[in-house]
Amino acid sequence: MAASAAAVLPPGKTLRQSLDRDDLVKRGLMVVISLYLLFSLAAPLYVMLSKSVSIYCFDLSQFEFQVSDETGANWNAPATAQALNAATGAVPAADLAAGSDSRLAATSFFKDFSFRSPVKYRLRGTSEQTRWLVGSQPGGGITWQEFDSNTFRRVTLRPMQAYGLDNFAAYFGTPALSRSIWNSVLMASLSTVITTAVAFGLAYALSRSLMPFKGFFRLVTALPILVPSLLPGIALVYLFGNQGMLKGLLMGHSIYGPIGIVVGSVFFTLPHAFLIISTALSISDARHYEAAASLRASRWRTFWTVTVPGARYGIISAAFVVFTLVITDFGLPKVIGGQYNMLAVDIYKQVIGQQNFEMGAVVSVILLVPAVVAFAVDRLMQKRQVALLSARAVPYQPKKNPRFDALCFAWCALVALFILTIIGVCQLAALVKLWPYDMSLGLNNFAFDRMDGGGWASYWNSIRLALLTAVFGTVVVFTGAYMVEKTDGFGAGRAAFHFLAMLPMAVPGMVLGLAYIFFFNNPANPLNGIYGTMAILVVCTVTHFYTVAHLTALTALKQIDREFEPVAASLKQPFHKLFFRVTVPVCLPAILDISIYLFVNAMTTVSAVVFLYSTHTQLASVAVLNMDDAGDVAPAAAMGMMIFYTNAGVRILHALFSRVVLKRTQSWRIR
Amino acid sequence: MTFTKSTASSLAVLLLSSSAVLAETQLTVYTSVEAVDLDRYKQTFEAANPDIKINWVRDSTGVMTAKLLAEKNNPQADVVWGIAATSLLLLKGEGMLEAYAPAGVEKLDPKFVDSDTPPSWVGMDAYVAALCYNTVEAEKLGLTPPKSWKDLTKPEYKGHVVMPNPNSSGTGFLDVSAWIQTFGEEDAWKFMDGLHENIAAYTHSGSKPCKMAAAGETVIGVSFEFPGAKAKSSGAPIDIIFPEEGSGWEAEATAIIAGTANLEAAKKLVDWSVTKEANEMYNAGYAVLAYPGIAKPVEHLPADIPTRMIKNDFEWAANNRAKILEEWQKRYDSKSEPKT
Repeated sequence: MAASAAAVLPPGKTLRQSLDRDDLVKRGLMVVISLYLLFSLAAPLYVMLSKSVSIYCFDLSQFEFQVSDETGANWNAPATAQALNAATGAVPAADLAAGSDSRLAATSFFKDFSFRSPVKYRLRGTSEQTRWLVGSQPGGGITWQEFDSNTFRRVTLRPMQAYGLDNFAAYFGTPALSRSIWNSVLMASLSTVITTAVAFGLAYALSRSLMPFKGFFRLVTALPILVPSLLPGIALVYLFGNQGMLKGLLMGHSIYGPIGIVVGSVFFTLPHAFLIISTALSISDARHYEAAASLRASRWRTFWTVTVPGARYGIISAAFVVFTLVITDFGLPKVIGGQYNMLAVDIYKQVIGQQNFEMGAVVSVILLVPAVVAFAVDRLMQKRQVALLSARAVPYQPKKNPRFDALCFAWCALVALFILTIIGVCQLAALVKLWPYDMSLGLNNFAFDRMDGGGWASYWNSIRLALLTAVFGTVVVFTGAYMVEKTDGFGAGRAAFHFLAMLPMAVPGMVLGLAYIFFFNNPANPLNGIYGTMAILVVCTVTHFYTVAHLTALTALKQIDREFEPVAASLKQPFHKLFFRVTVPVCLPAILDISIYLFVNAMTTVSAVVFLYSTHTQLASVAVLNMDDAGDVAPAAAMGMMIFYTNAGVRILHALFSRVVLKRTQSWRIR
Repeated sequence: MTFTKSTASSLAVLLLSSSAVLAETQLTVYTSVEAVDLDRYKQTFEAANPDIKINWVRDSTGVMTAKLLAEKNNPQADVVWGIAATSLLLLKGEGMLEAYAPAGVEKLDPKFVDSDTPPSWVGMDAYVAALCYNTVEAEKLGLTPPKSWKDLTKPEYKGHVVMPNPNSSGTGFLDVSAWIQTFGEEDAWKFMDGLHENIAAYTHSGSKPCKMAAAGETVIGVSFEFPGAKAKSSGAPIDIIFPEEGSGWEAEATAIIAGTANLEAAKKLVDWSVTKEANEMYNAGYAVLAYPGIAKPVEHLPADIPTRMIKNDFEWAANNRAKILEEWQKRYDSKSEPKT
C-alpha cells in the first residue's frame, strides 16, 4: 500500500532518520574521542613530519662585510659573504648545508686575514634574522658592528632555518646513518623467521599432541610479556658477555651486535607470535584430517596440505607483528647492539646525543615506512581470510602417539628452558654483590636511590602510570569502540574514527615520543601545560597501545546482538542505561583484559616515554635503561625484576578477580 | 555581592601577607650532578638560604642539554647548577644564559669562569679524563698497563679498550677535543685511527667504560676519574691511570637561564655556588675544585690531578663541536659491524 501511495503522490522529502537525544550524545562522545586521537596522534605526527623538512643552511647573501685599510679609518665597499665566496671559493657549496648547531668562521672569507693586523672589520646582516656569534656571545641584526682583527677571528656565522629535503639527502649521503636501514630490516627479518618457526613449533606441540604439562608451558611462554625488552639484553650480557658463564658457546663471536639482538628479540616477541599462531591452530576441522587419512596422505604431506594452509593467516599475521615489534624496538639494541646501528637507536642518538632534532625526525619518518608497510600488508591479508570454521566443523582431537608426544615435550622444554634461564640470570644478577669478583648475595643492588635513573620514586611513578593508563585507557578505548560498533548511520565519521584507532599500531613508540616533544613542547600550543607531567605520559601510553585494546573491545562488542539497542529504544530507555546495565557487564571479561594489557605495557614500555619523562615522573622502565647506560648493570637487572614481580603479581590478582567477578556476571553464559 | 567581594579581597590580603611572612622562592634547577649528591647539595644550600627552595630536575648531561635546547623558546628552568661548561656554551650561543658576575667570582681559578665579562657561567669543579684498568683481567691476558694515550694504539690491547662515543657522550667528546688540542689535528686523527683498531665498543655514556672495566667486561675503559674511584671503593680490581700527555677535562658549571621570573633568588644561588663552603661540598666527589687551594684529596685518587689537566679551550671546543663530531662519525661510526 505504501508503494502504491508513493506512485501517486508527488515526490516528498527524502527520508532521513531523525536524530534523537541518544544519537546526539553518542555522536558527541565519538567526536570527543576522535578529537582525543587527533590531538594525541595525528597532530603530533604532522608536526614531526614538518620538522623533518626543516633545514639549516648558511645563506651567505645574509651577511655583509666591510674591511678597513691599515689605518682603520678608511673602509672599502660592503660586500656580501656570497660575493666574497664567489671570488675566493673559500667555502665549497657542500659546507653550506648545516645543522642547527653549525658555525662557520667569518675569517674563512678573507684569505690574507691575520689577527695581528691593524685592519678592522665590519659585519651586518641583510635581514633582522641574520645571526652570528662573537666567541659564544650571540649577535645579529642589520646595523654595522665593528671588530678589531683579534676579535674578528672569534666571529662565527650561524645558519638560517629553511624548508627542504636536504635532511633526507644528508641522511642517505651518510653511510653511517643509512646503513641502519639495512641493519634494522635484516635483524627484523631474521628474528621474524626464527620467532615464527619457534612459536609455530610450540603452538603445534600444545594443540596437536597429548604431552604432559601443557598448562605450565603456556604459562612460561607468556612470561616475556611481563618484562621490558631490555631485560633479555642484560641477561645475555651476563650469559655471553666477556665475563659470561656460557661465553664459550659463541665460539669467539661477540654477543654485542646482531647475535644478541636476534636472540633477545626472539625472547620478547615469542609470546605475541605464540598467541596468534595458537589461536589459528586451535581452529581446525577434524574432517580435513579424516579426508587426508582416507586418501592415505603421509603425516608430512598432511602437515603441509592441511595444517599449514589452515593456519597460514595466523602465521602471516604473527610474522608481521614480530617484524614490527623488532624493527621498532629500542631497548634491546640499545643494551646489546654494540656498534651495530639500528634505526630506533639512531633516533635516540640523534636527539639525546647530538640534540639534532631535525635528523631525529628524518630517521623517524624512515622508521615509519617499514612499520606502515607491514601494517598495511597485514590488513590486506586479513581481509582475504575467509571463515575456515563452518558450522559443521568437527573439532580435532589429538591421538596418543608416544614418540610424537615426547618430541613435542622436548621442544617445549627447550623453549621453556631458554625463557626461564634468561629470567633466572637476571634474578641472580640482581642479587649478586659484585659480579664476577664478589659472588656473595645481597640486596645492595636494590638500593636504587644511590644510582642514576630516579631511584625508588621511579618505581612508584611507574605503578601510578600503569594504574592511570589502565583506568583512563580502558574508559576511552571501550567507549570509543562502543560508539563505532553500536551507532547507526554517520558512516563516514565511524570509518574515520576506525582508521584513527588502527593508526597507533603502525607508529613506533620512539616516533610517537619524538612527535610529542615537537607538538606539546611548543609554548604556542594551548596543551603545552601537560608537557613534563604524568598526564602526557598517560596520554602517550594510551595512544601507543590503543589499537590492540580497541580491537579487543570491538570483538567483545560484536558478540552482542545489535537488536539490543532498538529494543532499549523502543522501551524508551536511554542508551546509557543499556550501556551500564547490559553492555558493560556482558563485556566485562574483555574490559578486564584491556585494562591488564594496558597496565602491563605501561610498566614495561620504554620507547615512547623515554623522551617525555621529567624528573618528577621518572619511570622504572626508563630507570632500567639509564642505569644500564651508566654501567650499573646489576641494579638495572634488579629494577627489571621489580617490574617483573609487579606485573606477575597484578596478573595473578587479575586472574583471581576475574574468576570472582565473572562468576557473578557471566553465569548466564552457562546453560 | 559586595559582601562576598570584600571578603574575597580581605582573604586575598590575608593570603598575601601570610605568604610574605613565609616568603619562599621556589627555584627550578636543572642539573646533571650525581644522583647521590642531590640531597646533600639541596640541604646545604637551603640551610644557608632558608628563603629559597630548590626543585631539582636531574638527568644525564646529554638529556639535560637536549631538554634545555628543546625548551629554548619557553624555558622552564631558573638556574642550571652542575651541567658541563661545553653544554652551557651551546646555550650561551643561543642567547639562553643571563650574564652575571656572582659576588666572589674573582676568587675562582680563571679557567673555571666564562671568558666574557660579566661571565655567563661559573665553574664548580672538574672531571678529568682517565683510564680504568682492570688488573685481574689484564694479568689473565698478560697485558702491561698503558702509560700514555698513544700506548692505547699498541696491538696488544686489540679488542680490550672501550671508550664513549663522542656523538652521544659528553665525556667522549671531551676526550676527542683534548686529543686534537694536545696532539694537533692531523696527529690526533691518526692516533684515533690507530685507537679505533683496538676499540671493542663505543658506549653511549662516559662512566660506562669504567664500570665495564670494573666488572671485567673490558680491560681498559676510557672514562674519567670519578666512577673509577667509586668502583675501587666498592672492591673492583681496577687502577686509575692518568695518561702522561695530559688529560682532557670538563668543568661542571652554574648559570642563570635568561628570562627567569626569580632573578634575585637565582643570583643568590649562583653567589652561593662559588663560595668556599660550596666548593668544600663539591669536594666529596670531585678532586679538582674551581676555588683554588682548598681541595682535599679524594680516596683512591692522586693529589696532583690539577697538574695533569691540559689547557682546555672551551670556546674552541664549542665552536668546532659540530665539525669534529661529523668527522668522527664519518671515520668510525660507519663501520657498524662488531669486530670479530
